[in-house]
Order: sequence, then C-alpha cells, then structure tokens
Amino acid sequence: MPEPETLSAGCILASLVLYALFGGADFGGGVWDLLGRGPRATDRRRLIAGAIGPVWETNHIWLIVAIVILFTAFPRAFAVVCTALFLPLTIVLAGIVLRGAAFAFHTYRLHEERGAGRWGAVFASASLVTPVFLGVVFGAISSGRIRAAGPLAFTGDVTTWLSPFPISVGFLALASFAFLAAVYLILETSDTGLREEFRRASLRSAAALVFLSGLTLALAAADAREFFRAFTGRSWSIPLVAADAAAAAGAIAFLALRRYPLARACAAGQVSLLLIGWGMAQYPYLVRPDVTVFSAAASPGTMRFLLLALAAGAALLFPAIFFLLRVFKWEAITGTPRRP
Amino acid sequence: MTELVVARAQMAMLFAFHILFAVAGMGMPVLMVIAERAHLRTGHPVYAELARRWAKGTAVLFAVGAVSGTVLSFELGLLWPRFMEFAGGVIGLPFALEGFAFFTEAIFLGIYLYGWDRVSPRLHLASGVLVALGGILSGIFVVTANAWMNSPAGFTLSGGRPIDVSPLAAMGNPSSATETIHMTLAAFVASGFAVAGIHAFLLLKNRENLFHRKALEIALAVGCTAALLQPLSGDMSARFVARNQPVKLAALEGQFETMRGAPLRIGGIPDVATRTTRFAIEVPKGMSLLAYHDPDARVRGLADFPRDEWPDPIPVHLAFQAMVAGGTTLALVSLVAAWFAWKKREGLFGRRFLIAVALCGPVGLLCVEAGWGVTEMGRQPWAIRGVMRTAEAVTPVGGLLLPFAFFSLLYLGLGAASVWLLRREVAASPFFPAAGDAADPPAPEGKE
Repeated sequence: MPEPETLSAGCILASLVLYALFGGADFGGGVWDLLGRGPRATDRRRLIAGAIGPVWETNHIWLIVAIVILFTAFPRAFAVVCTALFLPLTIVLAGIVLRGAAFAFHTYRLHEERGAGRWGAVFASASLVTPVFLGVVFGAISSGRIRAAGPLAFTGDVTTWLSPFPISVGFLALASFAFLAAVYLILETSDTGLREEFRRASLRSAAALVFLSGLTLALAAADAREFFRAFTGRSWSIPLVAADAAAAAGAIAFLALRRYPLARACAAGQVSLLLIGWGMAQYPYLVRPDVTVFSAAASPGTMRFLLLALAAGAALLFPAIFFLLRVFKWEAITGTPRRP
Repeated sequence: MTELVVARAQMAMLFAFHILFAVAGMGMPVLMVIAERAHLRTGHPVYAELARRWAKGTAVLFAVGAVSGTVLSFELGLLWPRFMEFAGGVIGLPFALEGFAFFTEAIFLGIYLYGWDRVSPRLHLASGVLVALGGILSGIFVVTANAWMNSPAGFTLSGGRPIDVSPLAAMGNPSSATETIHMTLAAFVASGFAVAGIHAFLLLKNRENLFHRKALEIALAVGCTAALLQPLSGDMSARFVARNQPVKLAALEGQFETMRGAPLRIGGIPDVATRTTRFAIEVPKGMSLLAYHDPDARVRGLADFPRDEWPDPIPVHLAFQAMVAGGTTLALVSLVAAWFAWKKREGLFGRRFLIAVALCGPVGLLCVEAGWGVTEMGRQPWAIRGVMRTAEAVTPVGGLLLPFAFFSLLYLGLGAASVWLLRREVAASPFFPAAGDAADPPAPEGKE
C-alpha cells in the first residue's frame, strides 16, 4: 500500500486525467466553434452546443476536485503555486468564468440567431485562451524555476512561467483538447458531411499534437532539465513513451480508416498516458525542485479523512456519472448517433 | 489604498456576487421540484410549464454560480496564500465534501434540464430532488468552513502551525450549527421572496393569469415558511455569538461599554471617537434580554477588548441593523400571507398584498448580503479568530488593484447579462386562464 501522500497525489492526477478527457474536450469544442467557418458553421455550432450542454457542468467539477484535494492534502503547495503563478492562474480563472457563463447564455439564446453570436464568440475565444494558460501552469511547476525553500516569502518574480518549456506545454494542452473534441464530435452526429469535417479536424489537430509533443520534449531537455531526466530516464519511461506513441499512431490510423470508436479510444488513451507520464515524472515533486508531496503534506489525520471521503464520494459519484452518460451519451459511446 | 485593503475589497466583491447565485442554487431547485411534483399529482399543465421555466432560470443562475464559485476556490489561495497554507489541511475536508455535493447537483441538473423526454417522469422528479439536495448540502459544507474561521477548532497551535489535526472536530466547530441553519433558511427566504416578487409584479399587470398565481403560491410557501423560522434561528445565532464572540456582538449592537441590562439599539451610528452610538432608539434592557434571555445580564462592550482586536463597529452595526430590519419585514409579510392562505385564499392576489410582495422581492437578497457582511466584517481583524490576522494572511504579490478592477468589470458585465437574460425570460411569460382551480381538468388552450 503506497503512503497516503502518494495516494492523495494519485487522486489529484486521476482527477486531472478525467478533467482533460471530459472538461478538456469541452474546451476543445469551443476551439472548433471558433475555427468553424464555411457553409455549415451553424450546424457545427449546434452540434457542439448539443454535445456539451448536458455534461459540461459535471465535467468542469473535476478541476475543482483536483484543486480541493491539492489544498486539503498539500496546503503549502497550493500556497506556493498561487503565489508564484498568480498571473496565469488569474487568466485561467477569467477564461473559466467567461467560457462558462457565455456558454450558458449562448445555449439559452440558440433559438434566436441575433445575439447568440456574441456570446458564442466569447465562449469560443475563452476556450482558446484558457487551456494555454492552464498548460503553462503545469509546465511551470515542473520546470524547476519556482523556488520555495524557506517560509512562504515572495521574491518578486511573478514571471517564472514566461519561459519556452511552460509556454510549449500550454500549446500542447490546447492541441490535446482540440484533438479530443474533434474525435469525440465525429461520433456525436450521423451527418456524413459533418463527420468528414471533424475527421479532417481530428487529423489536423493530431498533426499539431505530434509536432508540439516533440517540441515540448526538446524544450524540456534545455529548459526543464531535471524534469526531462525524470521523464526519459526512469524504468517506466521507454514503455510509457512507446505506448503513448502507439496510441497516437493508432488514433491517426483509425481516423484514416474511419473506425471512429477505436480512434476515440486511442485518442483518449494517448492524452491520458501523456498526463500520467507527466505525473510520474513529476513525482514526488508537486513544485520542482523545493516542494514534494511529503514536504507539503497536511497532517496524517487530514490525509486519512480526505482519502476516506474521496473513496465514499467516488462510490456515489461514479454510478451517477454513468447514469448521466447513459442518458445522454449512449448513442455516441456505442457509435450509433441518433438521427437529428 | 494598501494591498491588504484591495485584497479584502476584491474578496468581498467576489463573495457578494457569488452568494446571490449560490443562494439561488439552493432555493430555486426546491421551487422547481415542488412545481413538478404538483404537475405529477394534478396533471395540470400550468405546473409543468412552471417547472420548465424555473429550471431554465436555475440553469443560468447555476452556471454563473458554478464559475464564480470556481473563482473563489482559487482566489482563497491567490489572495490569501498564508491562510490556505495554514487552514487547507484543517478545513479542506468540507470543501472536498462540497465538491461531491456540487457534482451531484451538476449531474442531476444536466439530467433535469435536458432529460424531460429521456427519463421517466418519476426519475425526472427524483433528479430534481437530488439537485436541490446537492445545492443545500454544498451551501452547508461551505458555510461550515466559514464557521471554523469564526470559532477555529480541531487542531493544536504549535510554532504557528496546526498539529494534532482532527478534520471532523474542525467541521463540528461550535459555530457550524447556528451558521449553517441561518444561511440555509436565508437562502430559502431570499430565493422564495425574489421569485414571489417577480410573479407578484407580473400579477399586478394581469391578475387572472393562473401561471403567476400558482408561481406566487409556491414561492410564498417556501419563502414565508423560512422567513417565519428565521427569527428563531437568528435568536440562536445571536445568543451563540454573545457567548462565543462577545466582541462581534458588541460591534454589531454598537455597545461600547460593559454593562448589566444593556439596551437594544434600533438604528444609530457608532462613533468610535466618543465611544457612543448616536441617534439610536434604545429599548431598555433589550439586548441583555435577547442575547442572554435575562434582562439584567452583563453584556461586554468593545471597551473590554484591546483596541487592535475591534472590528469596525460602523459597517458591522449598520449591516446588522439592515439585516434585522429586512428579516423582520419579511416575517411580518409572511404572517399576513399565512393568514390569507389559511382564511382567505383570494387575499394573496389582492392589489395591496401583491404590491407589498413585489417590493419585498429584493429584500431577502439584501439581507443575505448584509448578514454575510456582519459575519465577515464582525470577525475582523482576524482571518481565523484568535489565530491568524487578515493582514498576515494576504498574498505578498503586489499590484492587486489590476485583478480587482478586472474582476469587478467582468462581474458587472456578467451580472448585467444575467439580469437581462432572465428579464427577457420573465417578460415572455405564458398565459393560463384562471378558470377554476388547478385541480380541475386541464385547460391549456390559452398557452402562449
């Protein structure tokens, strides 16, 4: 049995993976809404709004779960991250507010063309900006530039995140979310024209994703050396990177063959493996190089109750989420979309 | 302005905004579930329409509440990192539990909003009940954390850090019971009266529309019940604060000197320089009687405490007076409503009563703001009473004016957009002729 600190960190990572797979795809939907031009833009927007509508509030909460576990189990890490990354986190928050509110407003005005467009534009632009800064935060805490050895003092440097590696991680996050969304959206419709459009979008974002993965890894070698060493030099490194590359190749191949449910499984697997690899390389650090899961840990009593609460909550939560997906996403999950 | 003042102003602004939507997230689902239950029982389409309309309103308010709540969970750390470094491990647990309550609310709201044709009517109603339950529990968990800041418990202080932490004892801190009851009732008062106010206003234009009549009945049933219970909860809270946070009681009553048989002050402005509260109507021995249920009880005044541990009595006293005045007004209106409901149903739709209810529409929400102001400003200068001062908790990051200005503008826009959107929704209200009672066979032909 791993230590409670490791288990709590694992719960954060699991929440983040679920957030990327579900909430991330909702951001990606916004990206395709923004990039949507051409004669069928309206149909595409309706499809995106319909696919996100019933589930986006639920998907969004995975981020809150991750944050709450972080500040309960590792309060010091939360304090350090919030201080050093004040600016990108503030931008992320603004993006979350704008996107969420605009989506709700946009959805309730969809029946009218006039006016809906403005909210749609806010929703789409916020969907573009937020993932980048969210990614920057993850890049920054693994870059090794945030120093927090002593008591929580402030060195005056709020710009540790302005460096090639974190910024590249930001765009990698954006590409991953856009890729997931495009692949998921294919199975949300039975309209062949739209399916083909999202298939092309999937392939284009897959190319961006592959390019950015390579670039990020190269930048890590120069800009985040400790992280790079941990990511590439451990016993699990080669199998994990190989599995990730295979999932990416599989996704592209199945997209080419129009085997969409398999492509979707590979896409989700690829993004999950990337995030899990990041988490394993980051372990035991929460903020490299000064804050680890052990140095930032709350008291054992807190940790124990938190893990119990998470287990009990998960036992209630997962059947409920399954029910939600069963009601709204069954056709999409089984690959037999309803006729519009 | 110092950075501390800016940080406090931003936090206050974020909370003042969020609390309105949080209150709606607790109260609105109850209204919509009652309407749907009435539809399943009577089969009258007016109730189905009502449930749908209220659900739509709930969706917009919940969406804004969800994102503004997300902002707060981060801003706790962004503006008060040292507070979170200390408190996260002690009082994080209710936030984790709140996460699950919030999940329940979001999942079943999705099913409720989009599932009218996809799940059975009973399952649909059950989803609504879970939304309401999730909303209420979310509120209770969050307020538990605030209660802990008023009466920290569940840890031992050692070298400025918490040790021997017991998260359950922290959640079960002495303030939790009174604060959560008071806030939950307040949410029902505020949302009940806000909704009743809107429908009363529309009934003034057309008294015969069954849609608004039924809406008014349900909203008043919820709002008035809570408003009549709230004075009891207020009494519990005041007596608790008198024992647990005497300096807060002194500030909120504008009591400077310690005395037996202290008077209850209605109105008045505390003057810190002369240490008196001027222009108040004083009810002899009233405060001793209310706070201790004994007319000669000794009440500690602000002068009994070190000057640097005083909350600013001016805003605390004024906010408290506003809350009590608003709550009393709503309780009196509720008594009239109860009498009408019991003796003379048609009285609920009389012109003068409708005007009164329409005017009371915003009062509950204003009381919530005032009450939140009392508990927050009354705890100052402490972030965690007796443990950490607000000034020690603030972030070392400078230039806080920028995010404050930015979020203020953003929320101003969001608030305006929400109001505009809901106004449009309200303006397009459907018409159901008031022929007979809702229990009669359905008469949907006048539906818009």
